[in-house]
Amino acid sequence: MFDIVSFIPRAVVQGIPLLFGSTGETLTEKSGNLNLGIPGIMYVGGICGVIGAFLYEQSAGSADAMNGFLTIAIPMLASLLGSLLMGLLYCFLTVTLRANQNVTGLAMTTFGVGFGNFFGGSLIKLTGSEVPSIALSATSSAFSRSLPFADNLGWFGAIFLDYGFLAYLAIIIAFVLSFIINKTRVGLNLRAVGENPNTADAAGINVNRYKYIATCVGSMIAGLGGLYYVMDYACGVWSNDAFGDRGWLAIALVIFTVWRPNIGVLASILFGGMYILYLFIPTGTNLCVKELYKMIPYLVTIIVLVAVSIRQKKENQGPAALGLAYFREDR
Amino acid sequence: MNKQNQSPLVHIVKRGALPWYTAWGIRGGAILLALIVCAIVTTVVTGDNPLQVYATMFEGAFGTARKSWTTMQSTAMLLGVSLAVTPAFRMRFWNIGGEGQVLAGGLAAAACMICLADAVPNWLLIILCVVTSIAAGALWAAIPAFFKAKWNTNETLFTLMMNYVAIQLVAFFVIVWEVPKGAGKIGIINQSTELGWLPVIGNQKYLLNILVIAVLTVGMYIYLNYSKHGYEIAVVGESEKTARYVGIKVERVIVRTMLLSGAICGLVGLLLVSGTDHTVTTTISAGRGFTAVMISWLAKFNPLIMVFVSLLIAFLEKGAGEISTQFGLNQSFSDILTGIILFFIIGCEFFITYKLSFRKSEKKEAK
Repeated sequence: MFDIVSFIPRAVVQGIPLLFGSTGETLTEKSGNLNLGIPGIMYVGGICGVIGAFLYEQSAGSADAMNGFLTIAIPMLASLLGSLLMGLLYCFLTVTLRANQNVTGLAMTTFGVGFGNFFGGSLIKLTGSEVPSIALSATSSAFSRSLPFADNLGWFGAIFLDYGFLAYLAIIIAFVLSFIINKTRVGLNLRAVGENPNTADAAGINVNRYKYIATCVGSMIAGLGGLYYVMDYACGVWSNDAFGDRGWLAIALVIFTVWRPNIGVLASILFGGMYILYLFIPTGTNLCVKELYKMIPYLVTIIVLVAVSIRQKKENQGPAALGLAYFREDR
Repeated sequence: MNKQNQSPLVHIVKRGALPWYTAWGIRGGAILLALIVCAIVTTVVTGDNPLQVYATMFEGAFGTARKSWTTMQSTAMLLGVSLAVTPAFRMRFWNIGGEGQVLAGGLAAAACMICLADAVPNWLLIILCVVTSIAAGALWAAIPAFFKAKWNTNETLFTLMMNYVAIQLVAFFVIVWEVPKGAGKIGIINQSTELGWLPVIGNQKYLLNILVIAVLTVGMYIYLNYSKHGYEIAVVGESEKTARYVGIKVERVIVRTMLLSGAICGLVGLLLVSGTDHTVTTTISAGRGFTAVMISWLAKFNPLIMVFVSLLIAFLEKGAGEISTQFGLNQSFSDILTGIILFFIIGCEFFITYKLSFRKSEKKEAK
């Protein structure tokens, strides 16, 4: 039988990193920057959190000596800082130096994934500590602590309440961002920058500032996805390439949600579900079919991409100036 | 002071065309700067002195004849995929699906080797491998091209998704064909009979691949610069409206160019599967589809310059690999170095296209 009560929570924990990534990328794309560096940024966000937590756990010595607040704050700040730096680098290259966004993004991904795997694999050697592997169980338990009464509420608790705080943060960020983009002046200005930077500039909006802020904040949100993955989903164990292609899936999700973070909340859980569907479909002895099930999220994205382009509905298109560098003196 | 007369400290102006030697001088300077930064980073991580770092890297890439051949092979394969994506880029079609197209080609070649090995003579088998892998690569590229031409579907994201569809397709067939059952991999195909393997020239396993890619490089250079097709691609890239106005069928050019792009990727897949690896895995393309995008762009879409850029990237990969091995570090170190170099080269393009003019001092203005 298809076990829905255990399926949904697993779909949610798969979906949350995607939600972080796609919310961040949506914000970035609204400013006209197509940041293909998101996969790399999520790696950097994850590994920076790991480095922060690792150093803190090492210096604290034992789990009892650790301050509850610092246990969460240090990895969070390290992760945010790491992804902020990546975002700044992207902005500097594409906004200030007007480099090609696709190439810059791919270079960021190469660098970020390499950065994550390198420090993930060499952190122990570089810091000269004497532990066999990076297993941040103390930090992880702080991150994945769920509400105390969640277990007493049966299926309701399991489906809605049994997650770490970052999961709820992801959902809150998505709704807040959706509100800001659609209902406030700042959001209107941001959309103007993404749709037509010339007009926005003429209206007195500081195009570069909007691009910088949107992209950097977007990167930081995406970086939290990496942090959530390591600390909550993977129980504080970093293994190289384990994060896999989730970053690309997050970019796919942006299109799937037609650039709306609030749809992203449900869509990311749907994607998370499709990502692990193969574990829940009984295939008997025929293992190879499972590989085909893993194709579903990508195929669905392609179908949405094509459908959106065929229907040509104005409100479902991406920002018009997406992927183009802005230079005031260009016509 | 009168505020209205104040001009900003730095003013950015577009340059006219720079002479080619100045432009390449700037790029060369950027690479040099990047290599220095790489050396510093390596020194910080390993504690080795910077000159020694490059000696070690050189040792790793060209230390022995065997190492030189592997570096050449990496260069050739990178160059192959870069050549493949270039015509598409020239018409501003962002094909980042090289990965998937290589896999599609490789999968087709492997399928022929496995399923037809006993049915047809070896010479026919090799021809079938070549034809099907090229066709598979072309088909994989033509799907997004068709939608781009017909409905202007975003090709960057479409080709990206096609990569993962291809990866899962390969994963599926790996399990279908796995030897022995449950191993999760195919192993060397036709190991005893060597059916469907491309011939080895002069006892060098990689020589054939390198020669094929060399011919392809020259061919691509001529195609892009001296053929009618190449001209049409350039016009479509510069302005689609102009192209339409002068009677170029833009849709046809898009599909045709992507067929070519995919076909070359398929060929690279064939060289990898039938030529050297004799097996197929999901990682056979090893990120080359993405690296190729950057190589092609860094070389300004010029096939001849791509030779050097691919060599540089392959050298870094092998060299950093050697450093990682010597110091017991993770192999991903090369990705970090590659990233640094890429950032520098990407950044330096700005100084080729634009010029910074600083505000002249107040006194001079007053005169």
